[in-house]
Amino acid sequence: MAIENAVSADEIKVDRAKMHISDTDVAIDIVGMHKWYGEFNVLKDINLRVMRGERIVICGPSGSGKSTMIRCINRLEEHQKGKIIVDGKELTNDLKKIDEVRREVGMVFQHFNLFPHLTILENCTLAPIWVRKTPKKQAEEQAMHFLRRVKIPEQANKYPGQLSGGQQQRVAIARSLCMNPRIMLFDEPTSALDPEMIKEVLETMVGLAEEGMTMLCVTHEMGFARKVANRVIFMDQGQIVEENTPGEFFDNPRHERTKLFLSQILH
Amino acid sequence: MSQDIGYVRTEMALPQPAPLRERGPLAWMRKNLFANPFDSVLSIVGFFIVAMIVPPLFNWAIVNAQWTGTDRTFCATVAQGGIQPDGWSGACWAFVKAKFGQFMFGRYPLDERWRVILVAIMFVALLVPLLVPRIPRKGLNSVLFFLVLPVVSYFLLIGGVFGLPHVETPLWGGLLVTLTLSFVGIVVSLPFGILLALGRRSKMPVVKMLCVIFIETVRGVPLITVLFMASVMLPLFLPAGVSFDKFLRALIGVSLFASAYMAEVVRGGLQAIPKGQYEGADSLGLSYWQKMGLIVLPQALKLVIPGIVNTFIGMFKDTSLVYIISMFDLLGVVRQNFSDAAWASPQTPASGLVFAALVFWIFCFGMSRYSIFMERRLDTGHKR
Ligand SMILES: Nc1ncnc2c1ncn2[C@@H]1O[C@H](COP(=O)(O)OP(=O)(O)OP(=O)(O)O)[C@@H](O)[C@H]1O
Ligand SMILES: [Mg+2]
Repeated sequence: MAIENAVSADEIKVDRAKMHISDTDVAIDIVGMHKWYGEFNVLKDINLRVMRGERIVICGPSGSGKSTMIRCINRLEEHQKGKIIVDGKELTNDLKKIDEVRREVGMVFQHFNLFPHLTILENCTLAPIWVRKTPKKQAEEQAMHFLRRVKIPEQANKYPGQLSGGQQQRVAIARSLCMNPRIMLFDEPTSALDPEMIKEVLETMVGLAEEGMTMLCVTHEMGFARKVANRVIFMDQGQIVEENTPGEFFDNPRHERTKLFLSQILH
Repeated sequence: MSQDIGYVRTEMALPQPAPLRERGPLAWMRKNLFANPFDSVLSIVGFFIVAMIVPPLFNWAIVNAQWTGTDRTFCATVAQGGIQPDGWSGACWAFVKAKFGQFMFGRYPLDERWRVILVAIMFVALLVPLLVPRIPRKGLNSVLFFLVLPVVSYFLLIGGVFGLPHVETPLWGGLLVTLTLSFVGIVVSLPFGILLALGRRSKMPVVKMLCVIFIETVRGVPLITVLFMASVMLPLFLPAGVSFDKFLRALIGVSLFASAYMAEVVRGGLQAIPKGQYEGADSLGLSYWQKMGLIVLPQALKLVIPGIVNTFIGMFKDTSLVYIISMFDLLGVVRQNFSDAAWASPQTPASGLVFAALVFWIFCFGMSRYSIFMERRLDTGHKR
């Protein structure tokens, strides 16, 4: 891992020579990225650098391109212009690089996307066994470790359909963690949940943040943003409009659109 | 004046037996047969139809049937030159009994039939543990059933090695042909159909186009045509001197045909899998084949079990069409024997056909029941 990083980090050092940041501290680097759906320019000139251990909350109105941007980071969507470098690997059409990136980047979806034909335990061990080639026994121990961490070890042998939404989402988080990712992406992890379940999922995420996981999180949970985010990013019409620390962002928004948006979600 | 609207239950109600009119056979009949006027009419019409068909059929097949005999005289009336009283009508099971060997094996030499029986025993011995979920070692079982058994059966049935006399395929017939054709068809068409379905949804244009062309061409022509082409046209394209077995050609024809149908059934299942499942698998770094094999196909195939079994059943019955290239499956052999002068009587065709129908029905019904059983078993609490 370390060797791999060193090599690929070398390649991109050139761009960064001017900046006095150690390359190994950069988790994600997005430079001048554009994306189109047909004729529609969904993402315009996205520039974002995320450092290791940083926790970023992304918010913005519906249709502003938050999901699309976060999904570009593990190549669930393809960008057409600019650069995305994740963990020192640039995302191109190179399938091997894409798989490498996906192994290091966990993703949690709005609708969980658990595999309904597999038990909770199997959901959690599948990728370690097949992608990381972890022995089954070890994968199971590790899965139980993460299931305990999200506080549902007793559900290990049930099927996803038998769990509540909040439990399913915590399983989804555990499933991602089982791959020992260096970066976690969350796309509105709580917006399909009832209020009392939101809390349990957010608690899990706060715990993760406290352990120093690099996190990018699309959410409208402002309490969560204030508590754990280093930075809040506001997107509108496919662009990053404002970016600030949570304190400044919520108490002292500068862009008109941000003010309007905040006034709407905070009533 | 203030009224106390608070209420506290002091005693819990105990469950009571249902009222009498909700229980017993009368209640069952009212609920299931005579719930409303339309149901009542349907029930009465149904009763009449059953009453009209069943007794005569029972009389023909059991009461009046001729169970033993050595030739046609046992199944013909006096006027027809037989021993039965005039006006007699009953099944001629004696005919089925006398021809049973042929119905099963065709013209496979008498002395070599033990080979077919041995294959049949191995087939059953490996199939049953494969079908019963409780029996372990499915992996080994599958390898034996899908890889070893076909090879062993091939050498046993064809012969020509290990001192076994060679039995050429034109001598094969009856249930042997029906089962061989459908077994090979089933075993080939499922994996092939899955590959075709995946190919049709592939992002690679060439692969996709080839699959679409294949599927649409094969689905666009009747099986009879495919068989006819496999048997008559194919040799024209092959270099002179190269010829391969007619039975093999029929096998290929049936398998290709079934694959195209299977592909469409599987595609239906693939389409029903939500995009989130693909994305979940992608985000974990699973490769294309892992994603398909571990996540998408298990769910998609489960959804289309009824369609898959439907295709199997259709193919099982369609094997009868090999008569067009003068091969004789069960139905073919039965029909062939109608013209046997020793057994020709007015009752012979009906008896033979009823027997063939019964055999087909047993196999198809078995497949159908098993598919229902599997569907229930594989249902992992999807529903909430
Ligand atoms: N597959 C697609 N094809 C075409 N347009 C799309 C596609 N997916 C998304 N879009 C469009 O791209 C824009 C951004 O969508 P995106 O899902 O990223 O928004 P979002 O910010 O996540 O919104 P929400 O808060 O509602 O989830 C929207 O206008 C949407 O209509
Ligand atoms: Mg979204």
